[in-house]
Amino acid sequence: MRLTQGTFSFLPDLTDAQISKQIDYCLSKGWAIGLEYTDDPHPRNTYWEMFGNPMFDISDPAAILMEVNACRRTFPDHYIRLTAFDSSHGTESVVMSFIVNRPKHEPGFRLVRSEQAGRTVRYSIESYATQSRPEGMRYSSDN
Amino acid sequence: MGHMNEPQQITDSKKRYSAGVLKYAQMGYWDGDYVPKETDILALFRITPQDGVDPIEAAAAVAGESSTATWTVVWTDRLTACDMYRAKAYRVDPVPNTPGQYFCYVAYDLSLFEERSIANVTASIIGNVFSFKPLKAARLEDMKFPVAYVKTFPGPPTGIVVERERLDKFGRPLLGATTKPKLGLSGRNYGRVVYEGLKGGLDFMKDDENINSQPFMHWRDRFLFVMDAVNKASAATGEVKGSYLNVTAGTMEEMYRRAEFAKELGSVIVMIDLVIGYTAIQSMSDWCRNNDMILHLHRAGHGTYTRQKNHGVSFRVIAKWMRMAGVDHIHAGTAVGKLEGDPMTVQGYYNICRDTYTKVDLPRGIYFDQDWGALRKVMPVASGGIHAGQMHQLIDLFGDDVVLQFGGGTIGHPQGIQAGATANRVALEAMVLARNEGRDIKNEGLDILRDAAKWCSPLKAALDTWGEISFNYQSTDTSDYVATPSVS
Repeated sequence: MRLTQGTFSFLPDLTDAQISKQIDYCLSKGWAIGLEYTDDPHPRNTYWEMFGNPMFDISDPAAILMEVNACRRTFPDHYIRLTAFDSSHGTESVVMSFIVNRPKHEPGFRLVRSEQAGRTVRYSIESYATQSRPEGMRYSSDN
Repeated sequence: MGHMNEPQQITDSKKRYSAGVLKYAQMGYWDGDYVPKETDILALFRITPQDGVDPIEAAAAVAGESSTATWTVVWTDRLTACDMYRAKAYRVDPVPNTPGQYFCYVAYDLSLFEERSIANVTASIIGNVFSFKPLKAARLEDMKFPVAYVKTFPGPPTGIVVERERLDKFGRPLLGATTKPKLGLSGRNYGRVVYEGLKGGLDFMKDDENINSQPFMHWRDRFLFVMDAVNKASAATGEVKGSYLNVTAGTMEEMYRRAEFAKELGSVIVMIDLVIGYTAIQSMSDWCRNNDMILHLHRAGHGTYTRQKNHGVSFRVIAKWMRMAGVDHIHAGTAVGKLEGDPMTVQGYYNICRDTYTKVDLPRGIYFDQDWGALRKVMPVASGGIHAGQMHQLIDLFGDDVVLQFGGGTIGHPQGIQAGATANRVALEAMVLARNEGRDIKNEGLDILRDAAKWCSPLKAALDTWGEISFNYQSTDTSDYVATPSVS
């Protein structure tokens, strides 16, 4: 399966040139850009690991793209997302977030049903990749 | 106005309160020199006085009948601080290019109103003045609420920012569809439509306004099958998904029962119809706030009183009341779809939902500044006769904070519901990407869609089917201050 979290997951993976233009857009709005990575893409896993703090003081798009590539080199088989933060009053939250790196193989999620009284079912979702493997070992092709 | 032969309030108490009938202006409901206080609630009415009725006297009558007056003098006024309680009409302007109609501005003292009660506000402002015989017609065009009054309302239980954080969806409009046909599907068949739409790429599916608990599908069956579809689609995509479960019912107790079951099943959102009434809406808003639930409002019935310009209540006022009453989603028009609404007027509604401070904007029908006092923002919903081929117009008009709902434009897709959903999601993401890259989507939109259709065959099929469909009719409810622009 293809994980479709993020602003642009239904498009073909963005090229570096396309990512640069989105970085330009974020900077032109005064947003700070951060990079986050994970190997647990559960839809409610909010806190992906931060690849450093959001880059509040970097206004050079090329420098940010360098960080994207550094993160990709460090975590080539993780999900990496580029997230933009707007600090203005009334928003003060994430305003854009899109995936810039994916594992080669995305095994998807298992829907676990637990039958309850009546016809009620309790649902939970488990990533096949996270089952019985610790963080950092989940998408590695060696084991 | 407010000069020639201006009627004067009678200030001599003995004359003012002797038994009999006086003009409303003489009773003190017109004051052309009145400067509204920061704490006043203001209302703008469009009035059409009967032939021969002076517009200022008509305005005074509106102020009187929506505050303390009755048709004759009553001595019991003298037991009260009646000068303060009397609403004051303070300005009357002829409506541009519309003989016989006047805009009349009325100020109400804050102490006339109960805190956090839309029912109380509406009972005063639209309680009985709209049936008043000296007026042929009246319409409430806009209102201003002092920030002190706004702060008595908790507002939307979730709001745009928190909704996005909960859904983990940022930087683009949300996508939805209403499950169709609106009546007749069994629970099992209904859930099928929900699953296909969500798996194909939509964020939300939606019950229609009149899906409650009919013989063909009782509410519990619907909730159970829909939640199976929602969870299965979430597992298939790795995204948070939702379906607006309509909990509208005949009593408050039954609505709470349905909402509790929706929560028990893990739904992120419930839905109500405007016809349940303002108090029921505020109660459901409280329930949602206590249960971490997004509250979707379908504006069922509003067209009976919002559409005609000469009589009723403008939707911009309904939108203000609903932001205060506390809903998270509200249908606010599409401008380009099948239902009423000219583009600038509809943008005015969107601004009311989403601004932190709304400024006077006459071409968009905004007559007052409104400080929202950090009240959370309402997500407007564009729904009704829109399709992927209009994506550039929709994003150009409404920006990112909107739910775009393509019902027929998803379910009627020639390759099936999943393909319809995918076409819409690809069109949406391609258009947002292009806009962020600095392209002129208003003029290059169709090229952007056609380029994406080269690699996305569902989008190609959608454009081939609906690319030429538009609903280009003259709007009824238009701005009085600019020529109405065409959407195409």
